[in-house]
Amino acid sequence: MTTTLDPSTQQHPVHPVRVTRRRPRREQEQGERSVVSALDRRRPGVRFALGVGGTLVVGLLVVVCGGPLLWLFKAATSTSTETLASPFALWPSGLRWENFSEVWTRVEFSRYFLNTVFLILGSLFFGLLVATTGGYGLAVLRPRYAKVVSALVLATLFIPGVISLVSLYLTVVELPVLGISLVGTLWAVWLPSAANAVNVLLMQRFFASIPAELFEAARIDGAGPFRIFAALVLPMSKPILGVISLLLLVGAYKEFLWPLLVLPRPADQPISVVLPRLEGSIDYAQFLAALFISVLVPVVLFLLFQRQFLRAAGNAGALKG
Amino acid sequence: MTTTTTPPATGATTATGPPPQPSRRTGAVVRWLRHGGLSTLVFFLPLLLCFGLFSWWPIARSLLLSLQQTNFLTSRWVGLANFERVLADPLLLTALGNTTWFTVLALVIGFPVPVVLAVLIAELRRARAIASVLVYLPVVFPPVVAVLLWKTFYAPGAEGLFNTVLGWVGLGPFAWLNDGDMAMPAIVVQATWATFGTATIIYLATLMGIQTELYEAAETDGAGIWSRLWNVTLPQMRGVMLVMALLQVIGTFQVFTEPYVMTGGGPENRTLTLLMLIYRYAFVAGDYGRATALSLLLALVLAVLSAVYLWVTRRWSTS
Repeated sequence: MTTTLDPSTQQHPVHPVRVTRRRPRREQEQGERSVVSALDRRRPGVRFALGVGGTLVVGLLVVVCGGPLLWLFKAATSTSTETLASPFALWPSGLRWENFSEVWTRVEFSRYFLNTVFLILGSLFFGLLVATTGGYGLAVLRPRYAKVVSALVLATLFIPGVISLVSLYLTVVELPVLGISLVGTLWAVWLPSAANAVNVLLMQRFFASIPAELFEAARIDGAGPFRIFAALVLPMSKPILGVISLLLLVGAYKEFLWPLLVLPRPADQPISVVLPRLEGSIDYAQFLAALFISVLVPVVLFLLFQRQFLRAAGNAGALKG
Repeated sequence: MTTTTTPPATGATTATGPPPQPSRRTGAVVRWLRHGGLSTLVFFLPLLLCFGLFSWWPIARSLLLSLQQTNFLTSRWVGLANFERVLADPLLLTALGNTTWFTVLALVIGFPVPVVLAVLIAELRRARAIASVLVYLPVVFPPVVAVLLWKTFYAPGAEGLFNTVLGWVGLGPFAWLNDGDMAMPAIVVQATWATFGTATIIYLATLMGIQTELYEAAETDGAGIWSRLWNVTLPQMRGVMLVMALLQVIGTFQVFTEPYVMTGGGPENRTLTLLMLIYRYAFVAGDYGRATALSLLLALVLAVLSAVYLWVTRRWSTS
């Protein structure tokens, strides 16, 4: 590939004047260049094809990606009989907002929702605690054993999760040394979710990029490691903390199998575990209302922080690549 | 700072000449403390406790468990008997076949979609931002919600959502999830819907990162739109595409939530996957040894794939 391109780049002498003139424009246009060039775009045939194709793609995406959410909203605010009789009819007997209040109070959805909130807040706290302190230790304090710890954390990335599902469950049932059982408590979800190598490595990478002179200056001013951590490092890392918090929140909200295993009492369970049980056991319209409430939280979060979400997703590719 | 204070301290102990052994040891401890060893350890404590208890120890314990017969009270060594019982289970072949079928279908259906979509979205100008948001919308659905929603779409009667749509053009009604041949493809379509946004966004980021010079060079060579797509765009995406394919295979081999919530493994075990079999061994039958043995076998296959993945990423990052 590159060999076929080399001659052409040689035919293209880099003119200093041109470079300085084009630099700012190119930075502006960084995301604007794709296969079809600006010149192509002036041709009517290309323009027409792009117009039609673009409309088709966006239209298809609206139907395929937005459609289910819109349908769910419609069905959640209709009666069961309406949705079953004609799934595409638009509110023949008007909007039924009471579906939401009914599912919220009558099937105790509020309790499951509260469980979910506790579950994700705890996962967020412990996830951030482990990632920030661990990342700081690995990147800044760097004791002699840091290399071993770093290698062990990295190794868990490449060991598939399946391997420890059963033994992790048995460990949570009876903690080694302490001998206590975490099953039925939120600790059983919080603590294992905090052992997340990706977050630790993201934090470590960010802390390592902070100039060492800053730490040196703080140390000369008499700041200890705790002061430096709380007053210097954490305030500096707000953007990465935001990204990791989003990852932790969404990850905890999506969890299904693990909470199903370690929270056997229905009263303790988060909505993701409860929903499959509600299917078929409550009124169809109320069930769809419950689904809509459950999807609303992440969708609103996403629409508010879409740039952060999309950048995190794109960066994941850079990390993987 | 601290380094200047410690040498005199050790010098003082040698000058007074106390018994050598214990003082040297306490000296090392004192030096470690003076250097902030304790506060460093405090910072490492959350990580060491969490990873130790809930990551490293369970992984090590899996190796032991697979050789044991265990309930909560006692465990005894049984050698490779767990593995033998796994391999003797006729359901293993069913689950392996189903999981492979799921993986192949997911590759055939789910792999090309994000590539094509990303190339198309990259050509959009004003609509690109809205297209990105729409593409990523299904990804933020909690998996259980997405699966349950699609399960109602797949309702087998004529009043089901998909059957209604197909009824407009005179097709169906289909049994979807109740049909042995259709159940697995139906699950794959749902799983593809739920995940294709991630890959699309990653490809889009790759496309936007392609150097403008490459296209300009191709243009001066007289390459048309299709030739540029074929000779510049696709080769630039090749590395990421390979990585995404491998990650997809590693992910789909561990599929659980979709078949568990959609069909529970039915009809007639046609959608029973390997992870569901592990779940049944461990949490339905209480046979932890057998479940761990199957986990290890599955993990071995995935480890080989991970090694390939690592090798590939190394090659692509250096070249």
